[in-house]
Amino acid sequence: MKKIFQYLKPYLWAMALGVLIKFTGTVMDLFLPSILAHVIDDVAPTGNVRMVIFWGVVMVICAIIAVSFNIIANRFAARVARDTTRAVRQDLYDKITALSCGQVDSIGIPSLISRITSDTYNIHHMIGMIQRIGIRAPILLLGSIIITLFMDWRLALVLIGTIPFMAAVVFYITRKGIPLYTALQQNVDKLVRVVRENAVGIRVIKALSKTEYEKNRFDGVNRDVVEKETTAGTVMAVTNPMMNLLLNLGMTLTILVGAYLVNAGVSEPGTILGFTSYFTIILGAVMAISRIFVNLSKGSASANRIAFVLDMPEDLQLMAPDHIDTDDHILFENVSFSYLKQKDNLKNISFSLKKGETLGIIGSTGCGKTTVVHLLMRLYDRDKGTIRINGDDVRSIPYEKLHTMFGVVFQNDVLFADTIAENISFGRDLTMEEMENAARWAQAEEFIESQDARFEHELTIRGSNLSGGQRQRLLISRALAGKPDILILDDSSSALDYRTDAALRGAIRENFENTTSIIIAQRISSIMHADHILVLENGEAIGYGTHDELMESCESYREISRSQMGDGKKEEVTA
Amino acid sequence: MKGMPGGGGGRGMRGGVPQKPKMKPSLIILRLGKYLFRFKWMLLAAGLLTLGSNLLALLGPELSGAAIDALAGGEGKVDFPTVFRYCGLMALFYAGSAFLSYILSALMIRLSQSVTYAMRRDLFNHLADLPVSYFDRHQTGDILSRISYDIDTVNTSLSHDFLQICTSVITIAGSFIMMVRIAPLLMPVFIVTIPISILLTRYRSKKVRPLFSIRSAKLGELNGYTEESISGQKTIKAYHQEETMRRRFSERNEDAVSAYYKAEYYAAANGPSVNFINNLSLSLISVLGAIFFLKGRLSIGDVSAFILYSRKFSGPINELANIYSELQSALAAAERVFRTLDEAPELADDPDAVELKVTDGEVQMEHVRFGYLPEKEIIHDLSLDAKGGSLTAIVGHTGAGKTTLINLLMRFYDLQGGTISIDDHNIRKVTRSSLRGAYAMVLQDTWLFSGTIFDNIAYGKPGATMEEVVEAAKAARIHEYITALPDGYNTIITEDGINISQGQKQLMTIARAMLLDAHMLILDEATSNVDTRTEIQIQSAMRRLMQDKTCFVIAHRLSTIQHADNILVVDAGDIVEQGTHKELLAKNGTYASLYYSQFQ
Repeated sequence: MKKIFQYLKPYLWAMALGVLIKFTGTVMDLFLPSILAHVIDDVAPTGNVRMVIFWGVVMVICAIIAVSFNIIANRFAARVARDTTRAVRQDLYDKITALSCGQVDSIGIPSLISRITSDTYNIHHMIGMIQRIGIRAPILLLGSIIITLFMDWRLALVLIGTIPFMAAVVFYITRKGIPLYTALQQNVDKLVRVVRENAVGIRVIKALSKTEYEKNRFDGVNRDVVEKETTAGTVMAVTNPMMNLLLNLGMTLTILVGAYLVNAGVSEPGTILGFTSYFTIILGAVMAISRIFVNLSKGSASANRIAFVLDMPEDLQLMAPDHIDTDDHILFENVSFSYLKQKDNLKNISFSLKKGETLGIIGSTGCGKTTVVHLLMRLYDRDKGTIRINGDDVRSIPYEKLHTMFGVVFQNDVLFADTIAENISFGRDLTMEEMENAARWAQAEEFIESQDARFEHELTIRGSNLSGGQRQRLLISRALAGKPDILILDDSSSALDYRTDAALRGAIRENFENTTSIIIAQRISSIMHADHILVLENGEAIGYGTHDELMESCESYREISRSQMGDGKKEEVTA
Repeated sequence: MKGMPGGGGGRGMRGGVPQKPKMKPSLIILRLGKYLFRFKWMLLAAGLLTLGSNLLALLGPELSGAAIDALAGGEGKVDFPTVFRYCGLMALFYAGSAFLSYILSALMIRLSQSVTYAMRRDLFNHLADLPVSYFDRHQTGDILSRISYDIDTVNTSLSHDFLQICTSVITIAGSFIMMVRIAPLLMPVFIVTIPISILLTRYRSKKVRPLFSIRSAKLGELNGYTEESISGQKTIKAYHQEETMRRRFSERNEDAVSAYYKAEYYAAANGPSVNFINNLSLSLISVLGAIFFLKGRLSIGDVSAFILYSRKFSGPINELANIYSELQSALAAAERVFRTLDEAPELADDPDAVELKVTDGEVQMEHVRFGYLPEKEIIHDLSLDAKGGSLTAIVGHTGAGKTTLINLLMRFYDLQGGTISIDDHNIRKVTRSSLRGAYAMVLQDTWLFSGTIFDNIAYGKPGATMEEVVEAAKAARIHEYITALPDGYNTIITEDGINISQGQKQLMTIARAMLLDAHMLILDEATSNVDTRTEIQIQSAMRRLMQDKTCFVIAHRLSTIQHADNILVVDAGDIVEQGTHKELLAKNGTYASLYYSQFQ
């Protein structure tokens, strides 16, 4: 919550001005009844019609001032809420994009999404609301209390005596409320997750006729959210009646005490009558303030969730320069890593690549092929060993330098609902020619040309208006377009037929001779021409060498190869 | 054929700003009212409670007045027993009122949450029934925005405002009657001010509601972008495009907060404006009242009573005006929800549709024509006959439309011409669930949901036992991996399951398919992420899976389909070659060249 209030700081003056304007507007509102009283009590009996009309005009003027000032103040409040929310939301988004993959994994994508959306929305609502009612109410409250103090300080003290009790109620309920609202937001995360999974997996769900099952699954999370909100709401609902009761009891007590005072001749019955009318104003103000606290509880649960992300330490910090002279472009030395810090996902991996060389990685499902790439790009930090690019420890290379070296296609990589050109250039300043070349090399030219709008063709969500193979070719175009130093293709040609795959490899060989490549594949044919081939099994290297060497030395490799290509001879095929 | 599931030309689909004509507010209110009416008993109870707690609260001043009267005697003459009695009664009534109002709040929360629950359930259920194409057109984040933000907005307003409106209307009506009775002469004041407020309100609602619609839509867009970009976090990092994404976010953020501000900007005038009109009538009353008094037409007491009631009259009107802007945003949000509810669901099953009972599993396609956009046909005239238990392989260049065939077989999309039939039943004449239930399917894009591994594998077969699941997992060669996990089959898979690779996910989906008792099987690149060794290991299981089933296999590794009974070579939406592996190689056409290319 503190964190969010910091965002309000720059707007303190704007808010103060808003308060002043609102104050004036409110006072104008309050003037009207007294002018009215004046007209009825003093002016009308004199029979002076002109004076009556004069005061009528004064009233209209007051009313105009009140309306303009109140509108201006409300708009001020809306502006402050807008600016604060914009800043909070932007900072949150910036921070999320700066989080390390490990940090994102730990919070979860659905939760991050709901923090940016529903939590910042709660903040927006809260800031607006506090300003709108948070100003008038305290003014009225303080004013009334001061007036009652002047009327009879003893009686006023009785009334003021209820304030600590009210504060205690607010304090207690707010403290109870915040965790309840936090729990609510956690359940909102779950709701987000289910809806997201359904949107993404709709084909599978329909294919398996699991619509009813999914409806039930949603019903479960829906029920949880509603239940949490009901619990939180029911607890918060105590505030209003409690405050009402306390204040009313205070009033009753005032009358009792008043009775003694009157009896003792210290006070007048009229004073006590006056007390009751101010009491109504105080009651209204207290109600408004308690509404603010309800909002604050909800808001601070959200604020805490946002602050949690904003306060996350910077992960994967830049290390001091660590350079060795070497002509290896990429170097892995005894690298080990575990995602969950339990079982190693990679153990003692070593390899080195000169500039322009190609490494092929092959191995059984779940053996850690993708992990190698994650570590090289420093999406995660290795636990043991050293990884160097051009002799620099990857941990010492600034991100803007490190991450502009690569052209990469991940497994199940993302396409955005945008034009083909935007998906290829992906925010980089690429010329049309560069994009066209990349598309040609990636064998994507043909299908792009066949679209009416060519590169301006709009993709639908997740590129769902393309086939699997078209998606992959677009992703490869993206990777090739920047003429990267290092090209990484993680099983990214699995949906390409052999001919397209071969043509792609040819294009890369011809046009990217200075690019060092790491190609992860299931197909021997995709990597058999690589300069080095790494065979992984359960995170360990069980073979490293060229195709021919591995055919000699590595049993697993031989087995994979035989299964895919026969003995690597053509005649086997026709048999 | 350019194989475009979802239909190209995404232009204009991205924006959420309503292009369609606006819904009439009265229609929206009517539909909202229907939701409220479902809980009519709660509503009735709430109404009674309001009445009760208001009455008790009204009695308070009455009692305090009596108490004060009792001490009016002054020094030494205070009637203490009476003071005590009334003070005791006050405490009692206030406690009762507080209690009732707490019950009332709790009831209203329950009511509004019941409505929220019902709306959300209806919306989700409807979404689940929408055709696949809807999800190709709408961003997940925008869908999320409707289901959470919009529905929340509707209900905050609904629960809070409903009672407020009821009480206000009662008070207004009551005061109005009183005023007419006291001083009909002063009523002309309202002839001036009431039309002004009505006109002002109408003008505002015309102006403000579109702004609230835009606000909802822009927030939906922001959410859509957020979901999309956070999902692609690794890619963004890999290309160091954090700044670009931030900049784009910043544009949408700006749009969203500005839209919010614009709506607030105009809504901010609501309360003060109505207040102004009240003040205006107050001024007029005092001037007129004073004049009438001077002319002897009214007594001073009448004027002051009239003013008292006009204050009572204006209080709730003021309150209503504040509610009004909330109501506007609720209406805008409700419109988005109802609009989604009005999206046409998948065409209902034919009225005389029967449950498909597969006997042989023969699948026939006759002169099938299809395009995602009607004017852009991508399958022109496709016929094929897959005998029961046969294996049909579909090969062809990437994007030749193989996936489209699956969309048609499963009836994710309907044909534009021709028929598809299973055992001579036209698939349009059978229920969708029985049709889809007849297929088992393993797709290239693995889809697992957040739940245990057990639940994920058993997904297609409710009530599957642990033994069955284990057996399927063993056959899919994933059992060992699963048992090595600390929680085994109870391991929760998180959405991006960091320690589960794509290949392992695919094996789980294969295990899932193995549990299904289907007559037909579709394998779309089912093993593309699985290494070949594992693939060989699961081959016997795959073969068993395929046994006696009519299979459609899409594969690039042609080695996996050499034994197919029939291989279809698709190109540009037509079958260009058809036959067995040997026949096709002998033809030395497209297939042969495709086949040999894998050894080059």
